Amino acid sequence: MTQSVIVQVGQCGNQIGCRFWDLALREHAHVNKKGVYDEALSSFFRNVDSRISDGGACGVGERIQHLKARAVLVDMEEGVVNEILQGPLREVFDSTQLLTDVSGSGNNWAVGHMTYGSAYREQIVDKLRKAAEHCDCLQCFFLIHSMGGGTGSGLGTKVLKLLEEEFPDVCRIVTSVYPSAEDDVITSPYNSVLAMKELTEHADCVIPVENQSLVDIVNKIKYMSDGGKPGSVIKRDSAIISGRGGLSGAEKPFDAMNNIVANLLLNITSSARFEGSLNMDLNEIAMNLVPFPRLHYLVPSLTPIYTLADVNVPSRRLDQMFSDAFSKNHQLIRADPKHSLYLACALMVRGNVQVSDLRRNIERLRPSLPFVSWNQEGWKTGLCSVPPVGHSHSLLALANNTCLKSTFVELSERFTKLYRKKAHLHHYLHIDGMEQSCFSEAVTSLSSLIEEYDHLDATKGKIVLDATRLSIAT
Amino acid sequence: MSVVTLQLGQCGNQVGQELYDVICSDAQDAQRSTTHTTVSCERFFHQNKHGDLVARAVLIDMEPKVIKQSMKKAADSGRWRYGDDSHFSQKQGSGNNWANGFCVHGPRHIELVEELVRREVERCDRLAGFMTMMSVAGGTGSGVGTYVTQSLRDVYSKSFILNHLTWPYGTGEVIVQNYNSVLTLAHLYQLSDAILVHENDTVHRICSQLLNIKHISFSDVNRVIAHQLGSVLQPALTADSHGVYSRNPLGELVSSLACHPEYKLLSVCTIPQMPSSSIAYSTFSWPGQLKHLRQMLISNSKMEDGIDWQMRPPSASERTKSLTGASFNTSLANLLILRGKDVYSAEAGGFEDPALYTSWLSPETAFTRWNSPVPFNKYEKSATLVSNSQALLKPLDNMVRKAWNMFASRAYIHQYIRFGISEEDFLDSFTSVEQVISSYTQLCN
Repeated sequence: MTQSVIVQVGQCGNQIGCRFWDLALREHAHVNKKGVYDEALSSFFRNVDSRISDGGACGVGERIQHLKARAVLVDMEEGVVNEILQGPLREVFDSTQLLTDVSGSGNNWAVGHMTYGSAYREQIVDKLRKAAEHCDCLQCFFLIHSMGGGTGSGLGTKVLKLLEEEFPDVCRIVTSVYPSAEDDVITSPYNSVLAMKELTEHADCVIPVENQSLVDIVNKIKYMSDGGKPGSVIKRDSAIISGRGGLSGAEKPFDAMNNIVANLLLNITSSARFEGSLNMDLNEIAMNLVPFPRLHYLVPSLTPIYTLADVNVPSRRLDQMFSDAFSKNHQLIRADPKHSLYLACALMVRGNVQVSDLRRNIERLRPSLPFVSWNQEGWKTGLCSVPPVGHSHSLLALANNTCLKSTFVELSERFTKLYRKKAHLHHYLHIDGMEQSCFSEAVTSLSSLIEEYDHLDATKGKIVLDATRLSIAT
Repeated sequence: MSVVTLQLGQCGNQVGQELYDVICSDAQDAQRSTTHTTVSCERFFHQNKHGDLVARAVLIDMEPKVIKQSMKKAADSGRWRYGDDSHFSQKQGSGNNWANGFCVHGPRHIELVEELVRREVERCDRLAGFMTMMSVAGGTGSGVGTYVTQSLRDVYSKSFILNHLTWPYGTGEVIVQNYNSVLTLAHLYQLSDAILVHENDTVHRICSQLLNIKHISFSDVNRVIAHQLGSVLQPALTADSHGVYSRNPLGELVSSLACHPEYKLLSVCTIPQMPSSSIAYSTFSWPGQLKHLRQMLISNSKMEDGIDWQMRPPSASERTKSLTGASFNTSLANLLILRGKDVYSAEAGGFEDPALYTSWLSPETAFTRWNSPVPFNKYEKSATLVSNSQALLKPLDNMVRKAWNMFASRAYIHQYIRFGISEEDFLDSFTSVEQVISSYTQLCN
């Protein structure tokens, strides 16, 4: 069994991370009735007996003493991390996993990446190393951050670089929260584009998420639960936004949205933690969904987002789950995959779903989805038997689709609007290590990424003949 | 003589467990003749000091979950188990990457695997040979499986090696499955004595149309594969065995079917296949079964449903190429295995028709028949046909076509290069498999 380490950077990263740990504990409590520290738990938690000096790590199979998260928390302001340490999750982290400063990064990528990046380099590497040493077999680093600010964006991508340098063989999966067009941080386009270059070069896989999509999903659930349809009642604990049953009591603003992203992370790792008839490990995700090294951005969509209280699940309901996964309402980023080109698609199913259900739905949906010519049947499927809390089954779809091109084009345009007028540029350029070339390189990187998507898009709808086969002399 | 099985990867371990289950329950069925039971148990199990039946199997996977499950399922059956120390697993899988399996995991762990195999072999009085079970779509079964086969060939150069492969659904379980399949087949062809193939698509159809299963799970699929494999491997009386059960099942299988190094792909058909609840209400007749089986062979229909009865073997003057549309399925060799009541009364002359076979092999050499008076797996009479024919040509060609299209755009190649194989290696593998396709296409000339 392998372990993963979560690295949460910045305010957004840490708030999402906090929801993740809460929901992970809830999920394991639901499944693990005997209180034994099993393989599944060990993928995210260490079991520590604090009576034994020097850490006292306990092995798999023993009773749970004290669970410690395999995490590193980084923030250049103290507010969020302090809140975590005073809240119900304080037992799950110890001080060696935290790195904080006081003054924050002022929404400035350069401050996060260059200034704090060099000042704290040693300490960050040290904490990462410690977390890695506690693992028997470290498979993956999950980085959670936002793109629009200073710490998550700047310091977060510096951490990504360090992960590649220090642990080149460990997979790096990044969950990035992208700013919506209506974002209130003026410099978010600068921060995002500068961060994009790092993501393109150093991440194995990036799962972009947009705040606006999360808001839309939350509103939809609120509408349903406020009696949108008469007679339909949402089952307790089943809404994807619900943190009920976890450690934290009252829910804070953004909690609902962050729960969605936390559920995403739980579902990606479910097949690696629990058993199933067709397992899908984390290293298989990058292998199957990344046909060309730089095109590693995946569109996530998650269903169901809630379950109605009546428990009977006829096949029709199951099929609806698959259809929903390909509808825009369930995507965590605003994009239009059905009108662009699919390069690859992964379906991770949890719960009581059989291979025939999977095959039937793939055959049903396939004709309406445009796939690239050399990957007409490009599906990667995984079946995990353990469903998430409150549901009988769930589906996470990750698609490598050229529709992200429009997201990146929009980002690029917002960047250019500011850059043309050199607005706020001096805040960045007077940082040690930062030069005009950083900006131009970042833009070039983004443009060539867009160009790669363009090339693939150009093949859409064209009849492509089979490549001429090798001929054998007879 | 005993067969040592190597179960590799998730598929190999899941199917293998179902196979031993079928064999064990069939062997122990109350109406068994004791000779049959003894031979079957000797072939597949040894007895530990508590008198339990322990499978002659080595379980190999790069991550532990599946092996744990298979061992538990076996022990829970109460009738047989896996050896406590006969398994090898690591913590992290091969990531669906053939190169990771073949170039990294294989070499890294081969010594420990060889040790486990050696122990199993030493427990056999006489070794009939090896059977490896794996899928071609993933990383461990395909990559590590190929590397382990290479090692078996090196260490046990005189033993028979039968590779059982499961081919994935055409519409994708793994995106890079076609690459993994081409690389596996190209390498295995040099190492294996015979390659027995089951296709998930075909087995799935058997489950839905013949067995009437509504929600088909991988267990259902695996059980059908186990049933078909079991019907090939259970003891039988052959022409060479002189009135007793054959002591050399793998050798006889290979020599009757895979007599030419360019032709090693074998497909299997078993009839009847019906829901177990229907068995009591059905009548079985040899003439009926053999007629159906022969037509299934001719029309290349892999199951007993929707058979094309119009298809006839061509006369000597006409021979058609089989890559284009539904046309006649030419065989190199066929092995018919009949199990059940009144087996000696069955007339199999229809399979000796020269029109079924390629011209350069006489039907006497091409056709072999094994018999067993003991019914198999609850069917009063059942017939299995193992075929070395053009039956797998179309699926193989599709697989190569898709892989080649992907290779033409170099998609995913960087993932394989990272682990140590080059574009040259890919081209070599494509060439080898195209050679196999060409050979089988030529069979009708």
